[in-house]
Amino acid sequence: MSARRTSSNSSNPAGGGKVITITSGKGGVGKTTATANIGAALAAEGYKVCCIDGDIGLRNLDVVMGLENRIVYDLVDVIEGRCKLRQAMIRDKRLPELYLIPAAQTRDKSAISPSDMVRLCDELRAEVDYIIVDSPAGIERGFRNAIAPADEVVIITNPEVSAVRDADRIIGLVEAEQKGPAKLVLNRLNASMVKRGDMLAPEDVLELLAIQLIGLVPEDENVIVSSNSGSPIVLDEKSRAGQAFRNVAKRLTGQEVPFISMDADDGFLSRLGKMMGRGG
Amino acid sequence: MMDFLGRKRKSANKAKERLKLVLIHDRTDLPPGMMEDLRDELIEVISRHIAVDRDQVRIQVTQDGRDQHLVAEIPLKPAKARGR
Ligand SMILES: Nc1ncnc2c1ncn2[C@@H]1O[C@H](COP(=O)(O)OP(=O)(O)OP(=O)(O)O)[C@@H](O)[C@H]1O
Ligand SMILES: [Mg+2]
Repeated sequence: MSARRTSSNSSNPAGGGKVITITSGKGGVGKTTATANIGAALAAEGYKVCCIDGDIGLRNLDVVMGLENRIVYDLVDVIEGRCKLRQAMIRDKRLPELYLIPAAQTRDKSAISPSDMVRLCDELRAEVDYIIVDSPAGIERGFRNAIAPADEVVIITNPEVSAVRDADRIIGLVEAEQKGPAKLVLNRLNASMVKRGDMLAPEDVLELLAIQLIGLVPEDENVIVSSNSGSPIVLDEKSRAGQAFRNVAKRLTGQEVPFISMDADDGFLSRLGKMMGRGG
Repeated sequence: MMDFLGRKRKSANKAKERLKLVLIHDRTDLPPGMMEDLRDELIEVISRHIAVDRDQVRIQVTQDGRDQHLVAEIPLKPAKARGR
């Protein structure tokens, strides 16, 4: 266990590390990007972290984290008893406290059940401070598997009609599973489009979804640049998306962090600050 | 669409308005086309007991955070108009 461990992440009923599931409903909104970056940011803060790729059959977290060449065993191997938990945990190249359990590529979601995920995560809790589960898109088995072990659910959405609609549906399902209230990360914001009235503003999305916001991530070319080389963007000090994901990670540990400005003279962040009862 | 000053309405506003309606129906499992039926049936039931000003009846789903409320505004006809 790391020295930075706080009481907030040891207060869950099962004891030990905390399970945070990243989900969205709609595909392609940034779940895998968020998982890799929140995981790396928490590890950079000194926590011991294990990311789990829950997208069985469409393995991707390994390439986003740059660990694809180190895979020997996967999630289904652990669950079916072909290897020990530790053997399936791939250690990150840069952050020694960061691990990945990759998805199986040649199986499908029915290879594991929600109770398998609960059992696996309960075992992992004894090893790490945070377990970040990357959920597949949709509301089927893969989603059920991903939220079953969750102590906390983070919903990623984009400022678009269909993504917000799907996020709302997921929020309802998470509540129905007694896993709520979920928290929101709004990804791929384009400040100039918001300004000219051609993109939903964060305050609009919050008013519609009525859940707690824990991240505003700008559209940033560097996200793609960093995914090309398999290096998390949170390690790039200058990137604004990296800064935004570092802030998400801090808020998940219970720190109060003001929302970063997407633009020097925008009014909406101060309005948002008022709405949420905290500065900036 | 134009706003009251004749300006072209911004697409983000359209998105928000459309989402508001879509979410109400998604959350309540109430198909958009059902509101009219509900209104007619409500009027019918209440009219059996008391005179209702049919044209002024408004029913809508309002939101309070993530909770939905069905709000009906049913003006009644004044007593004298009922031919006492
Ligand atoms: N803030 C951002 N700025 C620019 N590009 C982004 C941003 N966030 C994500 N992307 C890009 O969007 C694409 C989809 O992201 P990602 O794979 O993380 O989504 P996902 O929700 O995991 O998708 P799926 O549902 O298929 O699993 C990727 O190419 C990623 O690099
Ligand atoms: Mg993904």
